[in-house]
Amino acid sequence: MLIKTNSDGFNHSASSDITPQGIYQRRRELIKLMATGTAGAALAGWAGRQALAQGVQKPGKLAALAGGKSAVAGAVTMEKVTEYKDAASYNNFYEFGTDKADPAKNAHTLPTRPWSVAVEGMVKNPRSFTLEELLKLSPQEERIYRLRCVEGWSMVIPWVGYSLSELIKKVEPLGSAKYVEFITLADPKTMPFVGSRVLEWPYVEALRLDEAMHPLALLTFGMYGEVLPNQNGAPVRMVVPWKYGFKSGKSIVKIRFTDKEPRTAWNKAAANEYGFYSNVNPLVDHPRWSQATERRIGEDGLFAKKRKTLMFNGYEAQVGQLYAGMDLKKNF
Amino acid sequence: MAGPTVPWQKRLLHPAAKPLVFLACLLPFAWLVVRAFGDQLGANPAEALIRATGDWTLRFLCLVLAVTPLRVVSGTPALARFRRMLGLFMYFYAAVHLLSYSWFDMGFDLPEIAKDIAKRPFILVGFSAFVLLTPLAATSFNAAIKALGGKRWQLLHRLVYGIAGLGILHFFWMRAAKNNFNEVFVYAAILAALLGWRVWNRWVKPRRKVVPGRVASAR
Repeated sequence: MLIKTNSDGFNHSASSDITPQGIYQRRRELIKLMATGTAGAALAGWAGRQALAQGVQKPGKLAALAGGKSAVAGAVTMEKVTEYKDAASYNNFYEFGTDKADPAKNAHTLPTRPWSVAVEGMVKNPRSFTLEELLKLSPQEERIYRLRCVEGWSMVIPWVGYSLSELIKKVEPLGSAKYVEFITLADPKTMPFVGSRVLEWPYVEALRLDEAMHPLALLTFGMYGEVLPNQNGAPVRMVVPWKYGFKSGKSIVKIRFTDKEPRTAWNKAAANEYGFYSNVNPLVDHPRWSQATERRIGEDGLFAKKRKTLMFNGYEAQVGQLYAGMDLKKNF
Repeated sequence: MAGPTVPWQKRLLHPAAKPLVFLACLLPFAWLVVRAFGDQLGANPAEALIRATGDWTLRFLCLVLAVTPLRVVSGTPALARFRRMLGLFMYFYAAVHLLSYSWFDMGFDLPEIAKDIAKRPFILVGFSAFVLLTPLAATSFNAAIKALGGKRWQLLHRLVYGIAGLGILHFFWMRAAKNNFNEVFVYAAILAALLGWRVWNRWVKPRRKVVPGRVASAR
């Protein structure tokens, strides 16, 4: 395409276009200043990143669980981390009640040791892992992810764990395996709301195998530099940051590889409202409310306008290709 | 048997009774305001405010509809003095509820609010209940009653039964998201009992026997 312009660099329509001679003569200084300025800004960003990485304060409530730096793209968002007290007191964990304040009140009864996770189904090496084995299976990393709840609120949480793919590689899925199912604990003795008619128990979630293999899909053992509090899914849970929060099962006891798309808990409860994929998508509304915006807990005050929700919760660059060619309105 | 000379019933007629009840009705609101400014409403203050004001609207609905049955059953005519105030407080909490939703949830974005009302049946039902409640609140002063005439005024104010149904439906659909209906059933049961009593008082009781000296009324 031919771009026509009236300015040839020497004819100026207005005298304001002409660089004053003094500045023109100082142009090298300007370039230098700009260069150092940019470098400075970059340094500031880097320094900020360090400050932020170190700024995740351990709440000092539970055993420490340090996570090293992650090399995975998108693993650490620069956004302000949600306060621990909010992340640990406002969440959904229906086994302990349907109000978002219930899990923190009721989950103290959950026995997290001893704990083991059975891996079964279409894998070469089906076996059971103790929690201790799982903790050591791969180096723990700190991942600061956005979390978007289907209800329209969000947080930024520093998780500690490693890519689920590390575990998957160990058990070697068969070629026929297409899906990974996560079965969570359903113990009516320690979980007062198991047995309520809200959902079918146990709570089951699932991913397509390629989704589960994505390095951002995190097998999670801790948050804020400590082991998971019971109410957040101790001792081991999934965190899938590009999907609505309910896709990330808590207190996992079984991981099963299968060739059929599993029926998941919320999909069974209301298939027209909660699809199998449940990727964060501002363009696909929940049948009863808009998903275009969200309220960031602890940041967007009472009088703040809600912020725009991002496609795949801001992880489109990393996970978009998993859904290439798919109609995301149909496969919601 | 309770009679008009029993001290507590006399106290209802005391000049300070109305201001005291007024202050008591204002307490939940004051408590919410204090907690909102003290950052004590939890992780999601907007949600907490919207839910609390909705809860209080339902509670005042139950209270105002309980006045007549209580008055008749306990033979305490003085209770009627508080009915208007309780009804207006219900409207007040409903208005604060709608305002909280429009402000804190929707940021006063009117086109968005209009879309939301159209998109979400439970919002539509709640909004309709508020709209229907408005003429009731607007005709709650004596001059309005006179202007309308008692019969027509009463007919208009029977709308409250429909509004109660809409309110429960609004709450039911809101909770349907979580399949969590326990509280919905509690409110529905209370309202059903209060309405059931009126049906019984109006149509069943008079056929059984006529109570001498007392006008059966279910307003």
